[in-house]
Amino acid sequence: MQIEEWKFTAKDIAEKTDLFMSGHRACAGCAPATVMRLILKAVRGPTIVTMATGCMEVVSTIYPYTSWALPWLHTAFENAAANASGIEAAIKIMRKKGRIKDEHVDVIAIAGDGGTYDIGIQALSGAVERGHDFLFVLYDNEAYMNTGIQRSGGTPLGASTTTSPAGEVIPGKLEAKKPIADIIVAHEIPYVATASPYYWRNLITKVRKGLEVEGPAFLHVFAPCPRGWRSDPAKSIELSRLAVETCVFPLWECISGEYKLSSPSKVIAMAPQKKKPVKEYLAVQGRFRHLFTPKYEKLLDEIQRITDQKWQKLLKKCGIA
Amino acid sequence: MKSLVEQKVLALNGDEAVAYAAKQADVDVVAAYPITPQTIIVERFSEYVANGEVETAFICTESEHSALTACLAASLTGARTFTASASAGLALMHEMLFVTSGCRAPVVMAIANRALSAPINIHGDQSDTMAQRDSGWIQIYAENAQEVYDSVIQAFRIAEHPDVLLPVMVCLDGFQLSHSVENVNVFPDEIVKKFVEVRRFPKVLTHEGKLALLKLDPENPMTMGPLAFPNYYFEFKRQQEEAMKNALEVIRQVHDEYARISGRNYGDGLLDYYYLEDAEIAAVCLGSTAGTVKTVVDELRAEGVKAGLLRIRTLRPLPFEGIQKALENVKAIAVMDRSMSFGGYGGAVFHEVRHALYDYDKHPFTVNYIYGLGGRDTSPMQIREIYRDLQEILEKNRVETPIRYVGLRE
Repeated sequence: MQIEEWKFTAKDIAEKTDLFMSGHRACAGCAPATVMRLILKAVRGPTIVTMATGCMEVVSTIYPYTSWALPWLHTAFENAAANASGIEAAIKIMRKKGRIKDEHVDVIAIAGDGGTYDIGIQALSGAVERGHDFLFVLYDNEAYMNTGIQRSGGTPLGASTTTSPAGEVIPGKLEAKKPIADIIVAHEIPYVATASPYYWRNLITKVRKGLEVEGPAFLHVFAPCPRGWRSDPAKSIELSRLAVETCVFPLWECISGEYKLSSPSKVIAMAPQKKKPVKEYLAVQGRFRHLFTPKYEKLLDEIQRITDQKWQKLLKKCGIA
Repeated sequence: MKSLVEQKVLALNGDEAVAYAAKQADVDVVAAYPITPQTIIVERFSEYVANGEVETAFICTESEHSALTACLAASLTGARTFTASASAGLALMHEMLFVTSGCRAPVVMAIANRALSAPINIHGDQSDTMAQRDSGWIQIYAENAQEVYDSVIQAFRIAEHPDVLLPVMVCLDGFQLSHSVENVNVFPDEIVKKFVEVRRFPKVLTHEGKLALLKLDPENPMTMGPLAFPNYYFEFKRQQEEAMKNALEVIRQVHDEYARISGRNYGDGLLDYYYLEDAEIAAVCLGSTAGTVKTVVDELRAEGVKAGLLRIRTLRPLPFEGIQKALENVKAIAVMDRSMSFGGYGGAVFHEVRHALYDYDKHPFTVNYIYGLGGRDTSPMQIREIYRDLQEILEKNRVETPIRYVGLRE
């Protein structure tokens, strides 16, 4: 399947009205807020956004204020995809019945890692199985940040959170990140991709592709959280780059089941010497601080080994290596 | 009362009556998940969709939680929406029941009342809807399949009324109503379509300062389901209570208007009165049991006993003053509950009725009968015994056991 690619310049994007407006109460250095703004830069026409409970929902819609310049709905935590199902079905049938203007309306569901990997996966799986025409965007800040940094299915191995604290005998989270994007690929939907806000052009292009395809699309966006990651608020975008350069979070697309590396990751695949050690990425985050003590430093090698293994697996899926 | 239009008689069970009414009500979106004893509703509706008899988007969701969510979201997008559930399904919707009423989405839902687990039991009682009576939904309990049909049609008008904008549950007793075939008078399609009208929307002020219809519409962006802190949350809840108060009048009006066309009325739409004018002893109940009670009242009246029945058709909003008025001259009252309020000194309906009578100078004797849990039959004989108990209470001038269980092994 060929998806028409939107050609745009930086100027186009700069001149496009922000649909996620300033004045929200996100923390300093919040990458998810940047991600929201970038996603909406890709909007192509009438659009309705629905959102799961989470950071981005609470910081942007404190009554009587809102940051959303388009119709926006939040109902609960676990059901962003079910909201999207209802909206999409309603628009379709009401267009057919002549109750509303007969024009296409894009539906975007947005959820954090809790609302996607964990409590939201049932509604998400159901909605994509039913084939609703919508884009689901996961902004992954790798823990329940809104409630105070608790571990989720998206929290990486070794990260210290308030419910997987690094202690005297346990080195933070013992389990690896759930391969959420691959789980969605297994639903055999038209479009699945990963994105990182450092590569903003790539991110916007992917959002637009997700809107262009007919049927469900899923975009997994990496979104550093300085509060939860104990990282410098000024470095969130740098971290978004490091995660890609270390292959902790490779960028790829899967169109109708065909995996394809996106250029920032493809560059590394073509020139493996460019692949940075995972340590560089982990060292600048307080949530991994304990891994740099003699007691737990063995885990660093383990994380490197798992990262390499997953990278090799991805290369295989992409027909490289 | 005579009907203004010609109606045809169909042999329908309660579930089929629901599906037929929803079909005629020109519903835009149905999102549902199967559960006994509601399943026939979604099966029939799926057939209507499959045969092109309705212009409805049918979403067969992966859970009841998503079913109600999808209905809520579709409703806020402007669609007329309908769903159905029961028991565990309704319990799974619990969270979304509050969100639906809080978002003021006029979703209509039929509930084929069924016991809650554990132990698991698929048969009828009202534990499921009683547990949701504070969720901000209007609750109407039907006595027979005919009333089920009539109530579903009325429900759309009530829910979507601009002074109300609240979701409505139409409750029918599992199996007794959901699976029993009765003769049901149905309107021609166009009569129902005219009665339910096309959904209307109130105009609200958007954050851009524009007046716009209350729905998700790309031309008039609106933020729905926001976060409200302690400085605003309370007012939202107070407005829901005001809408409930308005619903008392709207339910009555819609019922009366419908009665003029159909020739059928159910008391005043809120309460159904049976031989209460001069009754000395009376039962109060909800749902299909009223049919059995009415038969017993007829027998007792023939024997010269001044027996009566008050059937609460609308439990939410509670017709508080109506209950007071209806029971004004009754000396002993048996309140029947088909659910438990564990540790609560009697069942939920008992609480409501006794509560209504408190402000009242004449304090009649009130006793509570818990009956029919998990589908246990309640016979005319047992109802007769209840009235006999009431007579005995009057003779002795005291209540010895205020909370009693009907047909239970103790």
